[in-house]
Amino acid sequence: MTKIGLEIHCQLTNLESKLFCSCKANYREFEPNVNICPICMGLPGSLPRLNQKAVEKATMIAMALNCSTPEKIMFFRKNYFYPDLPKNFQITQLNIYGDTSVGGRGTLMVGDKEIRITRIQLEEDPGRLIYEGSSEKNQITLVDYNRAGTPLVEIVTEPDFENPKEVREFLNILSDLLENLGVSDPSLEGAMRADANVSIEGGNKVEIKNIGSFHDLEKAVHFEITRQQSLHSRDIPIIQETRHWDDKRKITISSRSKEEDLDYRYFLEGDIPSIRIADNIKEKLKSEMPESISSKKQRYVSKYNIPPQVADVLSSDKFYSDLFEDAHTVENAKEVANIITTDLMGLVDTREKRESSKLKSSHLKDIANSIQSGKIARNSAKNALYEIIKTGKSLSSVISEMDLGNVSDESELSKIIESVISEENQAVEQAKSNPQTINYLVGKVMQRTKGKADPKLTLDLLKKKIP
Amino acid sequence: MNLKISALEFTRQVKSGNLSAEDFIAKTMERIQNIDGNLHAFLSLNDKAVDQARDIDKKIKSGEKVGECFGMPISIKDNICIKDTKTTCASKMLENFIAPYDATVITKLKQQDAIFVGKVNLDEFAMGLSTEFSAYGPSKNPWNTDYVPGGSSGGSAVSVSAFECVTSLGSDTGGSVRNPASFCSTVGYKPTYGLISRYGLISYANSIEQIGPLTRTVEDAAFMLNLITGLDPNDNTTVNNRDEDYLKDINSGIEGKKIGIIKEMIGEGIDPSVLSATKNAISKLEGLGATCEEISLDMVKYSVAAYYTITATEAGSNLARYDNLRYGYDFSVEGFEFNSYIKKARKKLGPEVTRRMILGGFVPSAGHAGKYFLKALKVKNKLTREINDVFKKFDLLISPTVPVLPFKIGEKINDPVALFLIDINTVTANLTGKPAISIPYAISNGLPIGIQLIANSMDDKLLLQAAYALEKTVVLPEVPI
Repeated sequence: MTKIGLEIHCQLTNLESKLFCSCKANYREFEPNVNICPICMGLPGSLPRLNQKAVEKATMIAMALNCSTPEKIMFFRKNYFYPDLPKNFQITQLNIYGDTSVGGRGTLMVGDKEIRITRIQLEEDPGRLIYEGSSEKNQITLVDYNRAGTPLVEIVTEPDFENPKEVREFLNILSDLLENLGVSDPSLEGAMRADANVSIEGGNKVEIKNIGSFHDLEKAVHFEITRQQSLHSRDIPIIQETRHWDDKRKITISSRSKEEDLDYRYFLEGDIPSIRIADNIKEKLKSEMPESISSKKQRYVSKYNIPPQVADVLSSDKFYSDLFEDAHTVENAKEVANIITTDLMGLVDTREKRESSKLKSSHLKDIANSIQSGKIARNSAKNALYEIIKTGKSLSSVISEMDLGNVSDESELSKIIESVISEENQAVEQAKSNPQTINYLVGKVMQRTKGKADPKLTLDLLKKKIP
Repeated sequence: MNLKISALEFTRQVKSGNLSAEDFIAKTMERIQNIDGNLHAFLSLNDKAVDQARDIDKKIKSGEKVGECFGMPISIKDNICIKDTKTTCASKMLENFIAPYDATVITKLKQQDAIFVGKVNLDEFAMGLSTEFSAYGPSKNPWNTDYVPGGSSGGSAVSVSAFECVTSLGSDTGGSVRNPASFCSTVGYKPTYGLISRYGLISYANSIEQIGPLTRTVEDAAFMLNLITGLDPNDNTTVNNRDEDYLKDINSGIEGKKIGIIKEMIGEGIDPSVLSATKNAISKLEGLGATCEEISLDMVKYSVAAYYTITATEAGSNLARYDNLRYGYDFSVEGFEFNSYIKKARKKLGPEVTRRMILGGFVPSAGHAGKYFLKALKVKNKLTREINDVFKKFDLLISPTVPVLPFKIGEKINDPVALFLIDINTVTANLTGKPAISIPYAISNGLPIGIQLIANSMDDKLLLQAAYALEKTVVLPEVPI
């Protein structure tokens, strides 16, 4: 049986500052080596100053993944030399001397399957190495320490996955969960990274590192399974090793470095005394946690009668569910959900589009209410939505500027209907005996008005005029 | 001008206008110029010291508020960061490291108008007990310049005992304040772990070390503690002492106090003159109304082994950052594979540091940790339980600070194990986090002997009161320099 386990690294991107100093957790906007200080550069004499907020957010993640959370957490040093590591050790957590990491033994459901979470630990991200130069000969390595010390949560799973598809589903659910918790923005470059352990029946465990995105993770796992199966079928032993994902060639290659032989000489980080997380703090954190995706989904279905598929899409994306929460009332909920899932999702499908969008939840509320009251047709609503995303103008001004309002003036509509009746003699005759035909005539009126005729009024007037 | 006055005397006189800070600092700098070529306490000097003192005199004259130090000259061990000042750790590795920030103790002392006359010598990265392992050459004992001043805060002790400053700050990982204080006949005090912020102290073994003052009197040590103690957001290991005033009631005496004599610290290998000084101190304490009784701390016999195992492990990690990439000496990284570069760069470290790096790579490594590092932690925990049990019945513990007299420069440098064993009486306070103080007690054949008192955690006030009482019973000759 194929066994796959994951180690997911998630940056707590929504925090203000780094894990042990007051430099910005959001390092992305800086020129290289600007977002640094004596602490995150590990200058002689500096000491780590633990960011309590990071401990709280990490504990929230642990609770959201149904982990047990110990009363006392501790930090350890993982010692190894690497140019991106200013102190040449990483402050992280460890459970070999008792359960002292932020969480352990949790679960996450992927469909009907339960994936076991081994542990969750809080640690610091190293800096970044940037390789420049076209060939091996003139290649240089640049170091940017802006990222060094960014709060990172490592989520380790048991080897419970059997195929790449399960891995992908798990990662989707997990990243939605983390975003919904408000701890991380998984769409930021490098905010979520993962390593995988892969083994097939009769072979040893192989670790794959250096996988840049979740998309590539699925590919890497797929490649690795195929590679191992082909070795196995030729009776070549599968050795326990660390392999790196080659992003360009989309294959895994054996690490030349002896990383697997590294001895990290773990020991307690004396500069950070153990932190007690008392039950009342856990209770408080629990009460501050946003509603879970599954609970949202259930509420959308049961309270507003939104179809389960729509509720599923709506609840799993924080951007859309936040909009929905703000825009909806009991009366317009279904309409708001409908606008978001059928129109909005297509219009703001990338991070850039979301960020530049000027749409507010109040706009959505106006649109839904206007559709329901017959002020605007669904078709026109989509055009209005497009304009609002671009300009942020109010719905009423967009309607008047673009002439999107429904034709609901009875005399105006009557004129149009009269002209349709005079042109469609045959249909009018049929309609007298077959009531279904009247819909055809409504359609004709809509065509004339470019979809802006108030559908209800049109139908009423037609029925009146065709006895 | 009398440069031999205590810190309290200095501040009283300057405050009252009887003494000019500028004159005192100028004379101090002059003395350093005259005698330090021989003693080698200082690694660098503050060339603005006299100007700074002049400003303080002006402030006093114009009635402005002046900090508690009133321009007192203080020397700082060169492993404590002063902004825009070289902080070398007496290592070639940090030869050009200019600290971009102040240690918390420095910030506090600057606020109190202290004047830092210079940075003083130590064993490289504070590893050693003679200053012979300084990359810039040893300091010499003012009592006899053929002898070592102790260490690692040797420069601190020399500068205080030779009147090159009024007080000094050192750091104590296994006795590094108390040992040189004993060898140079000054007071040396290591407070309870966490009482003084370590922010800006360059780590050697961070889980057990503390900054501590070296002073002329016990009162001065209490005065210094008042100025530099306190919770620090930059050091998560600092503890809240509720604004205790350590100077107040320092003369309370020790009547009725129970003092334990640590059997393991006056046993085999102790110099007869040290033993007789200790016995003398015990009888003095009894004369002051304390009761003294021999006690046993069984784990002391393993304490030095545990101490070196733990400190090597932490040092191996703390010093790993000296890869010469972000700061360091002039050695280009170009053309090296990373690991071979590190190897080459670290060749600049001296013999004692190298020894402990190798040890620190070995004792906590997979396959060896159980035999060494984890066992050492067990000793530490057991020793702490033992001493806590003793403190249920006793108020204080007593021992000689160092079981032997100062030795000659070069005499033991090639015998690291012999050097290690000299730490036997001092490491217990570090491993257990307890406060301990060494006070000058006797002179034997021209060489100083110090007596150590140890108290329970956060009983620093009691410790200082007892040390004060004992100090008042002795009159010592003046340093012959």
